[in-house]
Amino acid sequence: MPEVLRDSQGSKHYLINLNVNGDTYTLAVKGNALLVNVLRDWLDFTGTKKGCELGDCGSCTVLIDGKPVNSCMVLAVEAEGHEITTIEGVSPSDKLDRLQESFIANAAIQCGYCTPGMILAGKALLTHNPHPTEMEVREAISGNLCRCTGYVNIVKAILAVADENPPEGGESA
Amino acid sequence: MNDGYNVIGKSVGRIDGKVKVTGQAKYTGDLRFPGMLVGKILTSPYAHARILSIDTSEAEKLPGVKAVITHKDVPSLKYGISPARWDENIFCIEKVLFVGDKIAAVAAVDEETVYKALKLIKVEYEVLPAVLDPLKAMDEDTPWLHAEYPHNINTEIHQDFGNVEKAFAESFHVRTDRFVGQRAYQSPIEPHSAISMWDGDKLTVYSSTQSPHYFQYYIARQFGLPMGNVRVLKTYIGGGFGGKLEPTGLEFAGAALAKITGRPVRMFYDRHEMFAHNRGRHRQYMELKTGVDKDGKILGVYANFLMDGGAYTSLGVASAYYAGALLTIPYDFANYRFDMYRVYTNLPACGAQRGHGHPQPRFAFESHMDNIAHDLRLDPIELRLRNARKPGTITPNEFKVNSCALEAAVEKARAISNWDEKRNNLPKGRGIGIGLGAFVSGAGYPIYRTNLPHAAAIIKVNEDGSSATLYTGAVDIGQGSDTVLCQMAAEAMGYTFEKMTIVSADTEAAPHDFGAYASRQTLMSGAAVKQAGEDVKKQLLELAAPSLGINVAELDCRDEVIYVKKSPEQQRTFAEVAREFFVKKGPLVGKGSYTPPKLGGKFKGAAVGTSPAYSFAAQVTEVAVDPETGEVNVLEAWDVHDCGKVINPALLHAQVHGAFFMGMGESVWEEVLFDENGKILNANLSDYRVPTALDMPQFHSELVDSYEPNAPWGVKEVGEGATTPTMGSIANAIYHASGVRIKSLPISPEKIWRALKEQREE
Repeated sequence: MPEVLRDSQGSKHYLINLNVNGDTYTLAVKGNALLVNVLRDWLDFTGTKKGCELGDCGSCTVLIDGKPVNSCMVLAVEAEGHEITTIEGVSPSDKLDRLQESFIANAAIQCGYCTPGMILAGKALLTHNPHPTEMEVREAISGNLCRCTGYVNIVKAILAVADENPPEGGESA
Repeated sequence: MNDGYNVIGKSVGRIDGKVKVTGQAKYTGDLRFPGMLVGKILTSPYAHARILSIDTSEAEKLPGVKAVITHKDVPSLKYGISPARWDENIFCIEKVLFVGDKIAAVAAVDEETVYKALKLIKVEYEVLPAVLDPLKAMDEDTPWLHAEYPHNINTEIHQDFGNVEKAFAESFHVRTDRFVGQRAYQSPIEPHSAISMWDGDKLTVYSSTQSPHYFQYYIARQFGLPMGNVRVLKTYIGGGFGGKLEPTGLEFAGAALAKITGRPVRMFYDRHEMFAHNRGRHRQYMELKTGVDKDGKILGVYANFLMDGGAYTSLGVASAYYAGALLTIPYDFANYRFDMYRVYTNLPACGAQRGHGHPQPRFAFESHMDNIAHDLRLDPIELRLRNARKPGTITPNEFKVNSCALEAAVEKARAISNWDEKRNNLPKGRGIGIGLGAFVSGAGYPIYRTNLPHAAAIIKVNEDGSSATLYTGAVDIGQGSDTVLCQMAAEAMGYTFEKMTIVSADTEAAPHDFGAYASRQTLMSGAAVKQAGEDVKKQLLELAAPSLGINVAELDCRDEVIYVKKSPEQQRTFAEVAREFFVKKGPLVGKGSYTPPKLGGKFKGAAVGTSPAYSFAAQVTEVAVDPETGEVNVLEAWDVHDCGKVINPALLHAQVHGAFFMGMGESVWEEVLFDENGKILNANLSDYRVPTALDMPQFHSELVDSYEPNAPWGVKEVGEGATTPTMGSIANAIYHASGVRIKSLPISPEKIWRALKEQREE
């Protein structure tokens, strides 16, 4: 259990260490603080978008230990001890990740508001399933709503990266 | 040097691609300013009620609350987006008119405190009978929402062209059908937000808006400021689809709170509040009567419509006119009558949603056309080809159509969908249907009366010629206008896209433009950008001519090379001449502006539907309908678009994908529902069912050759036109698959199931 602190009003705050994109941040948060708000308002990871705060739209998707999760459905205190990846952590340098490049090359971005969540959902899929079928791609992003693209080019962008992955079994081409 | 274009016509990657895939793109709600407060609006829990008292004292006492305001603290001037019917106040004064109407606002140090404070505001109401059924809104004993609008009639239209009655009398076959469209909501993924801050008498508003210009105009008017004292700008916008075209109340309330507190105030809607604010698609009741000769040629059409406008005008005057005006575009007929009432109800106000006013009437007309084809035993495509509009024609309501490749689009859709084979041989439960569509490429007239040009642009070349910046008021809401306009600028200058940067949609830093609506920017903003680019090129060529010892007319510039047309080896670089220009003459700046030609007739409402150019589309959809459950599975779809010259093919096809997707949602699932007290039942993204990646069919987007003489490089629109045929195309496919004609949207499993049951029992 994290250490409990009390503010001048007597409200409880929990001292937590959050591991975000490989770095550790020490924060005192209220028990009801949502991970999405802590990421955005305290740590300025505003690439994590808020679209509904009900777990419906997927804009606030982050990876927790590699799994895509709606960060509006997670309390910050629950995230302690886990590895959190936000969109800002997908490419650690100025060089883009292959999936990010593929989103640009396949015109899979329009307004861009769902894009961070889509990329993280796609990353999670390709990590555990390097050669998904089109249906598996559609299923993997079905919790992420996009209102601009009709998903056509998003599916294409994810499949394009899968096609570049080395074939299963490791034989060389 | 090749003869083609160097920059336009190519699928360059989006100029904002990198910032959007890395999460660096800041949307309004992501911005932070020192001392910034959070603000929210308190809304009405009743659909229709008199406000007896408002007590804000408890809320004001809450620690962390910095200001609480009501109508007493803000100007009482009525506003709206349609000048003919300004009917909204920043906060309600005497009555609330729908569940969600605005009462008061709070600014506090954080969100939690704001929500607590809202609960502490005590409002006493006298609940009044609510008008929830638009069909009863005009009845004698129905109460009026606004005293100024007797019998709840917001807008009344009666247009008559040619002689419809004579046409019906001379017809071989006359058919009447009645259809109903539903209330839909744009549901952009980014919620509306606005950040307001003052510096003395100068107000700055960051807003998720489709039109900084209209916001600037209305905010300045409301607070009695010169427009130059109001700066409205946007960063990135997470989609709009019509729902972010008019001021939301967040800007007004935020500006007032910021003034009182002396601090920046961030206001936002949550998902529920977005649905309550609404301004989505109207529910329409549409009766169509059409007479045809024995070959199926349309002789006359009578459209008799009624729209549920909700509590305020919003953009509804234009929606009402558009509903009838654009029915005349895809099919050529001479006699046309259009009657429309837009009525007030105690429901959220409706406005402009992708395809503004047109998609539902198009659904009705395309369904109606299929019924007529069925009556005449004609293939639906054959009937459409016999009536399809031709280029260089004028509609009965006096719209001039220049380019039009609709026939070619229909033929191509027929071929690529394998229509002839499928129409007769699909197995039971499967069906294929067609719908046609069309849309304006920019409205011929602005929303309020003004003689300002519709678009303007400035291009500034960097001192050493190594980059250039385009300044435009055009608004990229995701459709890609920043990218496309930079391509156009580079093409016109003889420059390269990769060296362009853009400053857009900032009323202070960029020149005027009306913004992103009515599919106007590629043509209208593009025309201004092209002129600015040509201005840059002309100045460079004039400077370079003497040094190359040749007349300026003999020179051209492409791909950053200024060269003699007849001997291209004689050349100088763009950068070198641009630098010389700066040294000798100062900043190298090009300017452009665009005003459309005078368009349209002289009758009442003649302006709505005018445009320099019209796009056309044919869409074919194949569906499967489960006879047990009525469930619809959209399997495959084909869109063929006539959109003129294409600037960026990848972005263009992406617009078609999204337009079809949105139309599909409204065809089968989407509908805003209310309980018997006018409260929304499904104000969230699980109960308001937008399509997911699992719902989208295999989709094919194709083009036909077309060139529009009235536009820069021959361009036309695509983003809204491609949503207009969808509902009709899907409705007709469902009819073909199931044998039941559902005349109301959405064509839900329940409606199909009931209709199939009735059919079996007959």
